[in-house]
Amino acid sequence: MLDAAIIGAVLASVVAAATTLLLASLGELVAERAGTLNLGVEGMMIVGAAVGYATAYSSGSLLLGTLAAVLAGVVVSLVFAGLAVWLAANQVASGLATTILGLGVAGLIGSSFVGTRIDAAPALHLPVLTGLPIIGEAVFGQDAFVYASVLLLIAVTYGLARTRVGLVLRAVGENHAAAHALGHPVRKIRTLAIMFGGACAGLAGAHLSLAYTPFWASDMTAGRGWIALALVVFSAWRPLWLLAGAYLFGAVSILQLHVQGFGLGIPSQFLSSLPYLATIGALVVISALKHGQGAPASLGVPFVPDR
Amino acid sequence: MTVGVDAATDLPASILEAVGLTKRFGALVANDHVSLAIRAGETHALLGENGAGKSTLVKMMCGLLQPDSGELLYDGAPAFFPDPASSRARGVGVVFQHFALFDALTVVENVALGLPGHEPLPALAARIEECVHRYGLAVEPWRRVGELSVGERQRVEIVRCLLGDPRVLILDEPTSVLTPDESENLFRTVDLLTGEGRAVLFISHKLDEVRRLCHRATVLRGGKFIAEVDPKQESSAGLARLMVGADVPRTPRLVTHEIGEPRLLVRKLDVAGDGSRGSALHEIDLEIRAGEIVGIAGVAGNGQTTLFEVLSGEKLAEDPESIVIDKVPAGALGPTERRALRAGFVPEERLGHAAAPDLPLSDNVLLTTHGDAGIVSYGVIRRGAVKDYFQRIVKGFDVRFGGRDPKARRLSGGNLQKFVIGREVLRKPVLLVVDQPTWGVDAAAAAFIRTTLREKAAEGCAVLVISQDLDELLEFADRIAVMSEGHLTAPVPVAETSREAIGLAMGGAHGAHDVGRDGAAQTPAGEGADAS
Repeated sequence: MLDAAIIGAVLASVVAAATTLLLASLGELVAERAGTLNLGVEGMMIVGAAVGYATAYSSGSLLLGTLAAVLAGVVVSLVFAGLAVWLAANQVASGLATTILGLGVAGLIGSSFVGTRIDAAPALHLPVLTGLPIIGEAVFGQDAFVYASVLLLIAVTYGLARTRVGLVLRAVGENHAAAHALGHPVRKIRTLAIMFGGACAGLAGAHLSLAYTPFWASDMTAGRGWIALALVVFSAWRPLWLLAGAYLFGAVSILQLHVQGFGLGIPSQFLSSLPYLATIGALVVISALKHGQGAPASLGVPFVPDR
Repeated sequence: MTVGVDAATDLPASILEAVGLTKRFGALVANDHVSLAIRAGETHALLGENGAGKSTLVKMMCGLLQPDSGELLYDGAPAFFPDPASSRARGVGVVFQHFALFDALTVVENVALGLPGHEPLPALAARIEECVHRYGLAVEPWRRVGELSVGERQRVEIVRCLLGDPRVLILDEPTSVLTPDESENLFRTVDLLTGEGRAVLFISHKLDEVRRLCHRATVLRGGKFIAEVDPKQESSAGLARLMVGADVPRTPRLVTHEIGEPRLLVRKLDVAGDGSRGSALHEIDLEIRAGEIVGIAGVAGNGQTTLFEVLSGEKLAEDPESIVIDKVPAGALGPTERRALRAGFVPEERLGHAAAPDLPLSDNVLLTTHGDAGIVSYGVIRRGAVKDYFQRIVKGFDVRFGGRDPKARRLSGGNLQKFVIGREVLRKPVLLVVDQPTWGVDAAAAAFIRTTLREKAAEGCAVLVISQDLDELLEFADRIAVMSEGHLTAPVPVAETSREAIGLAMGGAHGAHDVGRDGAAQTPAGEGADAS
């Protein structure tokens, strides 16, 4: 009944849905491993989406739009960094303020673009691989954002585990007082990690408004920033579990749409909640099984060097 | 490394020198024109009570704090250390009392974080092994620091410093966390280092080890420079007088007290460990009778915290009968119910455990007295009664503070500890369990606390004291047991044991679990009594 083409199409939409989450949560993971809990992901993401769309629509260049979105994410993240790192304000409050600010700013920027459309980012076909049956189109017929998210995952995983920069970043998140005593610039490192998080959230926003749904609508992030935050916690701050969580969420949210389409008489509200339930369930199991590694020990604690 | 000589004084040339350093924190003058010269090939002691300004001085000498006035000289020339990295680059290594280590990371990673450059970890691990062999510092490079004992962690810190090839090594209270045996190993390492022409600054308040190890000693009191002396020429009592500014009273040992009924009976108490935080206890047996003080010695992290928690009721015992307080099985009772049996508990951590830092002292009174008659009636706090109780603590236990009723965190360690002890003692307990009664407390307050506990015992209270300070236990406990890796030896009278036997059991020399008969047999009888 289901032929290869349909399966391929479903898989492709799963990958697309998961990519937004993966991009945003990878950035947040880096920020949290450095010890800062940035609840501003949703805000940074939607500003990225709005600025990216506005720039791409005005200039006609998707590349320019994407770069603008990344930059916008970084700028919004600096608001959070200024409050939470340099003024040592409460991180939860600072993050919430960043999200509220971002939603407002994005609505303002996007208001004149409501109802317009652009061409979605084109799929980049890879020779040979795209021709593979079923998974060919789904995995190797995607836009540049998908490939970027995979490269970013590899870079973050390797960078955190194997490079000196990653080691220093983990150390700062683990025990900022000790890192300071050893002469590592705690606040500078945290600021850079937050900026990386902002860049990733901006990129995730660009993926939404330039590729996934290539138009502007206010509130188009629809809580994806919060899902990304939850994924980081439930993945026990490990990039590979993040990949699993993002794709599980993506898969269930696409599949439940198709189930709704079959009209099985299951209330649609219940089906809509399935991605959240499934992700929470799976990740609770993962974090219950986690070995040793929990939250970075200094996560959410403001650092004030004594003078 | 060659050792130069200072032509003017005929002493070895100073490597790092503090000249008239002053540091203020608000109204407090933490260091007032303090000078100190650390010389090549020498071990220099920095002596002083808690709050004398030792840590502030060390922080200024390594760039963690900036002095308000005065200067640092390095090889005789003015030096400016804006941050710890700059002092480390000049060859000043510091091992702090509170280790700057990362539990979640491996030893190699921890070491790498303290070194400049991008050395690959396997190459670094090889260098660690080499350093371990050369200086006799047993450390395994690939283990996670979170799994290591306190002594091992200290060695990781030392190795990390040594790999930076420092000319000056600063050790902040290094022996406070070590067994006597581990301390001996550390002293050998220090001697090797000074033998190579390096200088060591050794911060301590243990006078015996300073007299043994150090070539020179600088004494601080109340933030001021008091004297520079040759510790080998001074008596321990003389050094103590310099530190305290007065003769230090010793706790009188009462000989004529009655030993009565058992107030605390612990039988075959097993507690499973919960991972990284609490260690397991294995078949603990203990009996404490009215009128006696029983001390539990041991290096931190061997199960003392778990023992305290399971005795106080913060953790419940699996078998209710395994803990009996005043003839009532109490293993399944919570802290309030145990206090209702007239037991009192003083945990190790003053701020955050014994007292709520941001509550005023009068509210802190309620933390352990809320179940007592007259303090709370029908769910309403009787402020008058609380105030009376508070005043009785303040007067009876000489608790000094500024203002009428300050927050707990505003008190000095000694005054807060007196408050916490007073709060329990005034409840007229029949059993008192005290974890680290004088940790981080100045000598005068410590003597007061020990005398108070001694008096309570004389009045018929059973007192259990958990302490890492062996000298303290030898001074005022009647019987001593040793905790090691979750096992507790049978308590033996102080007169029948020795410092060596206890030290052996502290190091977990299994088989020597019975401190008295086996341990004491190896050393001449009576040595324990005058060892302190």
